[in-house]
Amino acid sequence: MSGGQKGAAALPERIPITLTINGKALRIEVLPWTVLLDLLRDHLGLTGTKKGCDHGQCGACTVIVDGKRINSCMAFAVMKDGASITTIEGLASGGVLHPLQQAFIDHDAFQCGYCTPGQICSGVALIEEGRAQTRDEIRELMSGNLCRCGAYTNIVDAIEQVIGSKAEAKS
Amino acid sequence: MNRFSYMRAASIDEAVREAAADPAARYIAGGTNLIDLMKYNVERPARLIDITHLPLNRIEDTENGGFRLGALVTNDEAAHDPRVQDRYPLLSSAILAGASPQLRNAATTGGNLLQRTRCYYFYDPGTPCNKREPGTGCPAAFGRNRIHAILGTSEHCIATHPSDMAVALAALEAVVHVAGPDGERAIPMSDFHRLPGDRPEIDTTLRRGEIITAVELPAADFSRNYTYLKLRDRLSYAFALVSVAVALRMDGDIIAEARLALGGVAHKPWRDPEAEAMLRGQAAVADRFAAVADHILRDAKGYEDNAFKIDLARRAIVRALSQAAAGTPQSQADKRIQ
Repeated sequence: MSGGQKGAAALPERIPITLTINGKALRIEVLPWTVLLDLLRDHLGLTGTKKGCDHGQCGACTVIVDGKRINSCMAFAVMKDGASITTIEGLASGGVLHPLQQAFIDHDAFQCGYCTPGQICSGVALIEEGRAQTRDEIRELMSGNLCRCGAYTNIVDAIEQVIGSKAEAKS
Repeated sequence: MNRFSYMRAASIDEAVREAAADPAARYIAGGTNLIDLMKYNVERPARLIDITHLPLNRIEDTENGGFRLGALVTNDEAAHDPRVQDRYPLLSSAILAGASPQLRNAATTGGNLLQRTRCYYFYDPGTPCNKREPGTGCPAAFGRNRIHAILGTSEHCIATHPSDMAVALAALEAVVHVAGPDGERAIPMSDFHRLPGDRPEIDTTLRRGEIITAVELPAADFSRNYTYLKLRDRLSYAFALVSVAVALRMDGDIIAEARLALGGVAHKPWRDPEAEAMLRGQAAVADRFAAVADHILRDAKGYEDNAFKIDLARRAIVRALSQAAAGTPQSQADKRIQ
C-alpha cells in the first residue's frame, strides 16, 4: 500500500497524469476518485460539458476521448492518463464554428441548450464514425443523448445536413 | 463516493495477486457499471485495480475456426469487427441492441459479463435487498416488479441480468477464459452466471481474484439464420423486458441445429436444451415454435407487475424463431418488427 494511505489523518494520494485537452497538453495531479466530468468542470473551468444525470443515462457529459465519444461522468480521470480529449470548447477553430455547431444554429436544434454540448460532441463523433446513413440510423446512434425539450427532429436535421454536405464534398 | 486506493496493473499476474490479497478490491476497466454503483454507494471498493493496460484488447482467430475476444475489447469494437459481423452476426446485433454508443465505446467484453445482476431496489441503499445486504429481504417480490424475472427466481431475489451481449454468447455456447490465483480455467457461458437461490449476492461462479482474460466463440455456422429480438419500454437505450437470441442451422426447410437464449427474464441468460432439442430435425413452422415457447415457459412465474412477460416471452420466442428461420434478422436501427 502506498504512503498516502497510511493512518486516518494521511492526506489522500494525488496521482500525476498527462492529458491533452482540446489540443493543449496538461500535466496535473488528480485524486483517484475524481471523475473526468468533474475534473473538466470544477478543476479546469471547462464548464461547457454538462452534468445531467451523472449516471451515464442522459449523454449531457459526452466528450470525445482518443476519437471515441464517451460519458465523462462514468470515467475516472486517473484512468485517462495520456488521453487526448475534445470537449465542446475545442470544436470551433479560429473563430469559425464546427460545421455541426453551425448546423445546430441553422436548424434551431436546441431550446434550453443544456443537452446541446453533449449532443454536438456525440454528433461530431457519429459523423466521424461514418455508420449512420439514414434518419433511423442517426436516431438510433444518437440514442445516448436525451433532450427533454424535445428538439430531436431538428437535431437529426442538423446532423443529416453535415453528413450530406460531407458526402457531397467527397463526390 | 467512498475513498479508495488505486493501482495500475502491469501484468495479469500482478492484477490477480492484488485482487486475491484484498477482498475489498475490485478490478476496473470500462467502469460503466462499477462507477455508477459507487456513485450510489452500492459498491464501496477499498481499492481499484485498473486493468486497462493489460494486453487483453485483441480479437484473435483460434485454431479450430472460432475466435477469442480479449476481455478488454470494447463492445463497440466487438460489434463492428468484420469477423464478428461475418461469422457471428447474432453477437454483433445483440451488442448493438444494448446501451448507447457512448457506453459501448467504454464497456468491455469482460465487464459486460460482470455487470451486476440487478434491479432498482438493489440500486437504492434506502431499501432492503438480499443481493446488496444478504438477509435483509427482497422488497421487489411484493413491490414494483415490472422489470423483474419470471424464470429461475427464488424467494430471495427476482432481479435480472441486463446484458444483451451475454444472451447472444449463451446461445452461441461461448466459453469464458479466466486466470486466477490457482491458474487458468475455462467456464462455459451456461455455468458462468448463476441463479439466485439462497445466495443472491453472488452473480457468477468466478472465484476470488479471478479475472476474465477472453471470451472464446467456437466455430459454428450461424451466420445466416439468426436474430436478436429485444422488446423494451422505449425503442432504444433501455434494458430488455424480454429479449430472444436465436441461431439456427437450416437444411432446406428443416432445422438442423437450434440455439435459443432469453434475456430480461432471469438472473442469467436463460437457455433450455430440451426446447432446443424439440426443434432439431423439425420443419420451421409456427405450431412447433409455439410448442417450444410453451416448454421454455412451463415453470414461469409472474409477479404483480410483470406477469405480462410470460405471454410477451411466448410471442417473442415464436417471432424470433420465425425471423431466424426466414433469414430476416431483426434490424437494430429500423425498429419495425417483421
